[in-house]
Amino acid sequence: MKRRTFVVSVPLLGLAYAAGCTDPRSHAHAVYLLVDTSGTYAQEIGRAQLIVNYLLGSLQPGDSLAVARVRSRSFSEKDIIAKATFDNRPSQANAQKRALKEKVEAFTSSARGSVNTDITGGLIQGSEFLNETGAGKKTILIFSDMQEELDKATVRSFPIDLKDIRVVAVNVVKLNTDNIDPRRYLGRLEDWKKRVKAAGAREWRVINDIEHLDALLKS
Amino acid sequence: MAGSPFWMIWPGNAALSALVLFLIAMPFLYAARMPVHGLLRALGLLAGGPLRMCSRWLLEAARNLQERNRAVLLAQGREETGQQIAREFERVAALVRHDLEGYPALQRKLLGEITRVEEDYKKCGEVPPPPPEWVEAIAAVAKVKSNGNELVQRILEEIQKSVVVIHDKALAEYRRAYQSRHKILDGFMPFWRSLDKTLARTDSKITSLTERASVIDAQMDKFEQIVKKTDKAEHALTVSALTQFFIAALVLLIAAGGALINFKLIALPMSEMVGAGDYLTSSLRTSEVAALVIIFVEATMGLFLMETLHITHLFPRIHNLGEVLRKRMMWASFILLLTLAGVEAALALMRDMLIADKQALLQSLAATQAVVADGWLTRIPTAGQMLLGFILPFALAFIAIPLESFINSARTVGGAALVVLARAVAVMLRLAGTFIRQLCRVLITVYDISIVLPLLAERWVKASRSAGKPRATGFEAGERR
Repeated sequence: MKRRTFVVSVPLLGLAYAAGCTDPRSHAHAVYLLVDTSGTYAQEIGRAQLIVNYLLGSLQPGDSLAVARVRSRSFSEKDIIAKATFDNRPSQANAQKRALKEKVEAFTSSARGSVNTDITGGLIQGSEFLNETGAGKKTILIFSDMQEELDKATVRSFPIDLKDIRVVAVNVVKLNTDNIDPRRYLGRLEDWKKRVKAAGAREWRVINDIEHLDALLKS
Repeated sequence: MAGSPFWMIWPGNAALSALVLFLIAMPFLYAARMPVHGLLRALGLLAGGPLRMCSRWLLEAARNLQERNRAVLLAQGREETGQQIAREFERVAALVRHDLEGYPALQRKLLGEITRVEEDYKKCGEVPPPPPEWVEAIAAVAKVKSNGNELVQRILEEIQKSVVVIHDKALAEYRRAYQSRHKILDGFMPFWRSLDKTLARTDSKITSLTERASVIDAQMDKFEQIVKKTDKAEHALTVSALTQFFIAALVLLIAAGGALINFKLIALPMSEMVGAGDYLTSSLRTSEVAALVIIFVEATMGLFLMETLHITHLFPRIHNLGEVLRKRMMWASFILLLTLAGVEAALALMRDMLIADKQALLQSLAATQAVVADGWLTRIPTAGQMLLGFILPFALAFIAIPLESFINSARTVGGAALVVLARAVAVMLRLAGTFIRQLCRVLITVYDISIVLPLLAERWVKASRSAGKPRATGFEAGERR
């Protein structure tokens, strides 16, 4: 009888575990990529396509990805170029990735530069999107020089909420003025770090080499 | 002064302070000598006693366990040897039924052939008919002397002619008779050959029966040894169980490797069926568990198949089933196993397709030219995966055999290991108990050394008192009391 119990218990345990003891936490990863299209940074948009491709290759079924542009006022759903929560089935997820890639390609080939740069608005929009996905890991990638320029009518000087979200500035190129005085560049990044941390973000990082994104996405 | 510890009588001179404090404490230590000795002895007993008791208990438990192991081992051996003997008898019965079933017919044939050979032999032994009686007459005629008589001579010549003719006739008849006997002897050959063949067949059958009989004899000897519960039988069974345990463990390890390959084959396509985003734990996907469950179900079906085929004996209830029900269960297990093997082959194909799709996506994302592969070559791994997916469930079904051996021998090996462990712990506890008791004795001696001055004084006082008394016992005697 004991032998029988031993032999039968192993698969039964597996079945019981599969039936009722699933992990309720979400293991999905949601990424919101903000692409700056303002001023001279619009020239960098080709590299944004590389990052999107990289993300599409790294994200798994069940993960989410949204690509949005940063314009003079970016707190709008209209600024989301493409978004998808990938299907749990790998074959369907691959089809969704192909479709998303085509949309982003169409955007990069026809993107026009904006006058001002509303990064804060994009962050708020991204935060909303990520919270809606219910993903366990949430990341906002900001593909920008991190130089925010707002018109007089746009109000962004209030605390924002980025709780549990990891914010990563990617490809933060140096401006001409930064080359004259590097403190401007370092100060700009430090200001953003303070602001993001004050908003409750889980982490703030700056990654200028795309290859380092791999370790970030896996962590 | 403020920085010195409170106990330092001479600040800055710890040694002198300690010495003075020690000298002050010495009388008190001397006064407390007996209670301290008692306390140390009691502590020694308190710690050492339970340890010794535990050690004794463990040794007793090890003895009981060994007895129990021995009983179980002998019972198992008895059962196994009994089964082996029964199987040998079954084989002998089958041999007798199959090979010696036609033995009466064979015997009849043999007897018939022998009779025929005997008859023919007798025929060969027959001599040609004896010459007629006129041979004596000829002998008489041969004695007749012609003496030149023409008549007699002519008569003799006539007789000679007749005799020559008769002789030729008789010789011809004699030769004919021998010729016919030779023919009979020629006719012997097939019968001899047939006889030889029949005898050889009978001999081989008898030889295999003799071999079986010797095997049964050996098994019976073993069985008798087990029944007598001899040490030799116990040792042989233990060695056999150990060998079985390690061989079964090795085979199970190999089977685990096969199961892992099987898992790798179906884990990815299972995500297409149950989804890739659900997790059971932080690192265990539902699809992976589903793949594991499929493998376990296959192994279980294999187990049932082996049981119903009477190859393994893990489930007595299956063995007690009726023949019809057992066969139904066997077919049900086999069909389920076949279905699961088919499902696995399909999943293996799906895995290949998914990997190809993912590869194509990655190539399009990397904007590189897709490598045009030879269709024939790319189909080889696909076919290989499908074949593996189909074969592995059947291969896994055979783990029931080593699993049974492993479980059976694990009882013996585990029991023996427990006995060794219990004995080792018992020895360690006994050592610890002895060490604590000896430590207490050492502490008592150290205590006495620390109060050596009052003890010397006591001895001196007692010695001086005993000098006046003729039967004084002295310090040593007092100590002993």
